[in-house]
Amino acid sequence: MKAVCYMGVEKMTVETVPDPTILNPRDAVVKITSTCICGSDLHLYNGLIPTMEQGDIMGHEFMGEVVEVGPAIKPDRLKVGDRVVVPFTIACGNCFFCKRQLWSCCNNSNPNYWIAEEMMGYSPSGLFGYTHMMGGYAGGQAQYARVPFADVGPLKVPEGIPDEKLVFLSDIYPTGYFGAVNADIEPGDTVAVWGCGPVAQFSIRSAFMLGAERVIAIDRFDYRLRMAEEGGAEIINYEEVDDVVQTLKDMTGNIGPDRCIDAVGMEAHDCGLMYMIDRAKQMARIETDRPIALRQAIQACRKGGTVSVPGVYAGFDDKIPMGAFMNKGLAMKAGQTHMMRFMKPLLDKVESGEIDPSFVISHRVPIDRAPEMYKIFRDKQENCTKVVLDPWAAGAMAA
Amino acid sequence: MVCLGLSSGPDLLTVFIGGRLQLSAGIAVCVTASDRLFQQKVVRHMVEIARIHIRDAGRSKSRSLSGQRWALIGGSALAIYGITRRSSLGVALAASGGAIALLGSTQKQRSRPASAWTSLLVNCSPLEAYRFWRDFENLPRFMNRLHAVTVLDDRHSRWIALGPMGRPIRWDAEITDERENESIAWRSLPGSDVLVDGRVEFRETPAGRGTLISARLEFRRAPGMSRAMAKFLNKGAHFAMRQDLRRLEALMETGEIPTTEGQPHGPRDVITAFMRFADPTRPIRPDSRLKDVFEGRRGIA
Repeated sequence: MKAVCYMGVEKMTVETVPDPTILNPRDAVVKITSTCICGSDLHLYNGLIPTMEQGDIMGHEFMGEVVEVGPAIKPDRLKVGDRVVVPFTIACGNCFFCKRQLWSCCNNSNPNYWIAEEMMGYSPSGLFGYTHMMGGYAGGQAQYARVPFADVGPLKVPEGIPDEKLVFLSDIYPTGYFGAVNADIEPGDTVAVWGCGPVAQFSIRSAFMLGAERVIAIDRFDYRLRMAEEGGAEIINYEEVDDVVQTLKDMTGNIGPDRCIDAVGMEAHDCGLMYMIDRAKQMARIETDRPIALRQAIQACRKGGTVSVPGVYAGFDDKIPMGAFMNKGLAMKAGQTHMMRFMKPLLDKVESGEIDPSFVISHRVPIDRAPEMYKIFRDKQENCTKVVLDPWAAGAMAA
Repeated sequence: MVCLGLSSGPDLLTVFIGGRLQLSAGIAVCVTASDRLFQQKVVRHMVEIARIHIRDAGRSKSRSLSGQRWALIGGSALAIYGITRRSSLGVALAASGGAIALLGSTQKQRSRPASAWTSLLVNCSPLEAYRFWRDFENLPRFMNRLHAVTVLDDRHSRWIALGPMGRPIRWDAEITDERENESIAWRSLPGSDVLVDGRVEFRETPAGRGTLISARLEFRRAPGMSRAMAKFLNKGAHFAMRQDLRRLEALMETGEIPTTEGQPHGPRDVITAFMRFADPTRPIRPDSRLKDVFEGRRGIA
């Protein structure tokens, strides 16, 4: 089959690799019909998250049709021919954490948990195509994928709804929603969202669903800010204002946004000296992340407010304003999305027509063009917001 | 670079390689800096780091090897550099470097029996956990180093583990104490390759959190056991045990052990293939060979 492989920093190639097989009794193999490049894949592309290895298959947002199931999968849970969306987190369904709906903290799905424990104390669940620290599972930017614990994760979806409305249930739509849920939004709240990428777009719309009065979105690209405006947000282009925190104060009667969502993560951009220092430290590998959005969110949040962090952070960050965090009495919530908690309710919203997630798509291309799309997405060329890959498009048929 | 090495706070590198970075950075300063006072300061700083490392080495077993090794390497490098300087500072450098190297090389690890203990919360009843463990033939399913266990009678069993280079280590075990659904204790019988004491307890935890499994293993060097074998048993006993119990948890809770072995991947480079081979969690099999490393480099089909 064809698969997008990580072959080094800023080097992705489409390789022909063996088809996946059932390795454990609760595995399934899915023939992929649609798959995407996620913003978090760009951290891997840029080589900023440790434990990637040459030859790893990328991708964690995919859906398709079940073509093979392991012997321990009961037919009422999953059978050959089912159309499924596969969540990016892998969960066993029966450990301490799964039983408490903390699916992305599953204790059993990461075979390389001991690497993650070195970094984080404990290991989160395994993820598809996202470093060996997170399990080293082959990802979904391919024609087929093996799905472990397939009786727990994959969500069966009805025929008749096109892929592009459903495929984002695999990550960014629930992740954006989770970001808004974690913000503990109350009626009348003003929510500030850092970043206007795909996850942020879903956070903006979810914040309104959860009762927010105002949403203020912060980014620097006009085309992304316009998309946020279409979702009902007010916007700040941080390159055009002197100080984001002050601007937010000015806009909110000097109270500050009640809830702040950092949908940017470890590769934030900014202007000024602090940004240059962070960038240099990240390049020298003495700081893994550039937590600029997080710093601003903590500074800007109103006293007693909540900071929610759906943005990806990998390791150790400098100059986090803990003084502000403690003295203002803030709360912070974060995490990889507990996918299985949100997929079904959000599918219902898609089916009822409350939201059409396909609005974020800017590029639909055959899988062979994935390597160049990584660069275009990273450099924000061609007004790129979201890339959907078709593994079987003409030109990809050779395998 | 140097300033970063000497002054950085809890940065990633400091967390990972800590004093080692500082030692290397210090050597770099001594080699490149022209200001003597500054050089002397750096040397003092390095001696202090080396001293801390060596002190830690005495306290914690896991750090001892690296601390010693780095004291040895850093100290020797300093000494060699000092000797080539042919000046008073050079003499001072050589002397302090030599002292560090000497300390590093003489610090001995105390020899004591290898023991490991840990506990693990598993979502099952004490009855299920007890029953699974009590059938010793189940143990090789989650204990990587264990090749096979044969139950001889109700109290006796024959164990074969894999030692260095896949050499078998054999012992016969006898159950010394057991309480149904609560605990099992066993020890090896005379004539075994290794003296081992084991004990495992199963306790129900409140509020339906599952069963707390506490396990303790103790290895003693059997008369006639080689040093290499003793070292092998010592090394990573605790790590291996935690790994084993995590596999047990997966087995009990999900019916399988998560794996990626056998999944497709693109072409690996030799370094990656070697890392895969050296992965401490890989099942150790008698047929593991270095040749496998190079087979990892699969051409594009």
